[in-house]
Amino acid sequence: MADMRVRQAIVQALSDEMSEDPNVILFGEDIAAAEGPFKTSEGLLDKFGPERVRDTPISEMAFTGAAVGAAMMGMRPVIEIMFMEFLGVALDQLVTEAAKMHYLSHGEYSVPMVVRASNASGLGFGSQHSQTLENWVVATPGLKVVTLSDAQSAYSLLRAAIREPNPVMFLEPRILYAERGPVDTSIKLEIGKARLIQGGNDVTMVAMGNMVNVAKQAAKQSSLSCEIIDLSTLVPWDRQTVLASVKKTKRLIVVEEAPLSGGWGSEIVAEVTSNLFTELIAPPIRITTPDTPVPFSGVLEAKFTPAPDDVTRQLKYLVETNQAPKPWWVMAGLH
Amino acid sequence: MTNSISRRSEIRSNELAWYERMLEIREFENQVNALFASGSIRGTTHLCNGQEALDIAIASLLRNDDVVAATYRSHGIALALGLTPHSVLAEIMGKATGCAGGVGGSMHLCDKSVGLLPTSAIIGGGMPIAAGAALSFQIRKQDRVALALFGDGSTNIGSFHESMNLASIWKLPVIYICDNNVYGEYSRINLTTPIEDLHIRAESYAMPHEKVDGMSVYTLREALERAIERARSGGGPTFIEAKTYRFAGHSRADQAPYRPVGELESWKSRDPILVLENQFKESGKLTEDSIAAKKMETEKRIAEIVQEVQNDPEPLVGDIFKNIWAGSRS
Ligand SMILES: Cc1ncc(C[n+]2csc(CCOP(=O)(O)OP(=O)(O)O)c2C)c(N)n1
Ligand SMILES: [Mg+2]
Repeated sequence: MADMRVRQAIVQALSDEMSEDPNVILFGEDIAAAEGPFKTSEGLLDKFGPERVRDTPISEMAFTGAAVGAAMMGMRPVIEIMFMEFLGVALDQLVTEAAKMHYLSHGEYSVPMVVRASNASGLGFGSQHSQTLENWVVATPGLKVVTLSDAQSAYSLLRAAIREPNPVMFLEPRILYAERGPVDTSIKLEIGKARLIQGGNDVTMVAMGNMVNVAKQAAKQSSLSCEIIDLSTLVPWDRQTVLASVKKTKRLIVVEEAPLSGGWGSEIVAEVTSNLFTELIAPPIRITTPDTPVPFSGVLEAKFTPAPDDVTRQLKYLVETNQAPKPWWVMAGLH
Repeated sequence: MTNSISRRSEIRSNELAWYERMLEIREFENQVNALFASGSIRGTTHLCNGQEALDIAIASLLRNDDVVAATYRSHGIALALGLTPHSVLAEIMGKATGCAGGVGGSMHLCDKSVGLLPTSAIIGGGMPIAAGAALSFQIRKQDRVALALFGDGSTNIGSFHESMNLASIWKLPVIYICDNNVYGEYSRINLTTPIEDLHIRAESYAMPHEKVDGMSVYTLREALERAIERARSGGGPTFIEAKTYRFAGHSRADQAPYRPVGELESWKSRDPILVLENQFKESGKLTEDSIAAKKMETEKRIAEIVQEVQNDPEPLVGDIFKNIWAGSRS
């Protein structure tokens, strides 16, 4: 077991998969010679050579589509979209082409590719480089969607994503790249399986990405008994684990870094409500960002995502009153 | 924003102002770089030193009612078009006094009063928007022009080709200007693009095109004048490739270790500020003494602005919720 930064765990996962399978190839902007804008391909060009580790022009549509074609012929391309927003110019190739190939070929073709993208806020990159944007791709049957939350999940989920026979959108909250954590390379995590972060009885907290860390801190501060689930895979999400947990705690809070309206948290809440309506003792709630773009100013950006204090306040209110609190930004007097 | 407008007219009417504004941009960015290094600026910055001549040429020729769609590398064009160093630095530092109130940052500058559209941080973001602005000028029979400014690496994105084609078949009054500074991020152009003379890409869209020395304000102005005249008189779009060089790294702390030895030095000998300085010395507009005085004045002025901006107020938290929806027209 080694301690590594999240970005190093990514490099390790890529390297291990490339060593084991010659079909794994990498491409993206400045990922080869410069080793990646976030150093997530450090050393890989030296180790695997320019045929398998390639720089591309600034042509996301072309290289995303090239990954689709190569994957259909049996390669396992892993491509890097530097910031999730840049997928906007290539979205067709992923959601409308890649995700439909198996279906449209009557099951004959498959597209075992991984699209890695950094996402989320916190580093002052402004409104066009800070969104999480899972919600762009979740309503796409045929495309799996995964988000890492620490070094272990970076390593194990990325390896699983590369082995997956379907296209996978693999999201990497940028603010976590420098975070350190233990990595046991023998641990296998499955796509489609949530991770139980801690057990508890008062409330189930479902989170993803950096919000898992926020949920952990909030739970600790609240001194309530919180069960925290890192969803990890958003499509297909682990209904069984979440439903079993809420059946036990009878309360649900989703912590999501995305605008309130149109977020995936609504899907979790809807499914839990439909299945456990009579067993719930409090309304399921979502803690999200407000319905606004991500502001640049440090003062504003720090207030834009729910902080542990905000989540603690929501937690306590829910457990103490069994009523839904007002949104955290209203409780915090922001709006 | 009367301030931006008076700075805007200055650069259209006074040749010495071209030189002064170039000094201003260079010194401004030196300070931005220092502030970033010391942690006073968060996020990212993209400097334009080496490319100032292009910004000046554009600002000296466009009218106030023309519009510019530019990129994340826009400190120079913003200052050239007239935004005050105060409002630009305040934006870069996320202050309430910034041109976007601090919610934009270095990559997102804007001032409607001088025609700077909100700059885009997405490659190719501005090119079709410039075409659309030009479409509105054409339909409403206004002799205004739209100008899209972007880098060499950006000619590999679909939006470049799609908007050039559209602009050509619709004969739109738009000017596409590529600042070919030889690099896109950490990759030299030869590694990502099969040709180094990018202007010929316009050939396949039957669009008039030319390449021009991007280090000389005068040469740039000549090419731009032709393009502007063509656009205003209904002759359609033009593609101009300005050969420049990015003296700084791509962004933030990039020291550009990937440059071939000697390349930077050879381009620096044609520093656009030096080129103009020499031309003005020859014509007697500037002397060694007046140059030294202008440089000192600029340094002093920018240093004062840095002080002021550091003391400016931060945005209010409620600003998170501002300007998301435009009001209805009723
Ligand atoms: C669609 C998209 N892809 C990638 C990027 C990341 N990116 C930002 S600047 C840049 C290089 C652009 O090079 P060039 O067009 O030559 O402009 P320069 O930076 O040299 O001014 C890249 C790849 C982006 N902002 N948008
Ligand atoms: Mg360039």
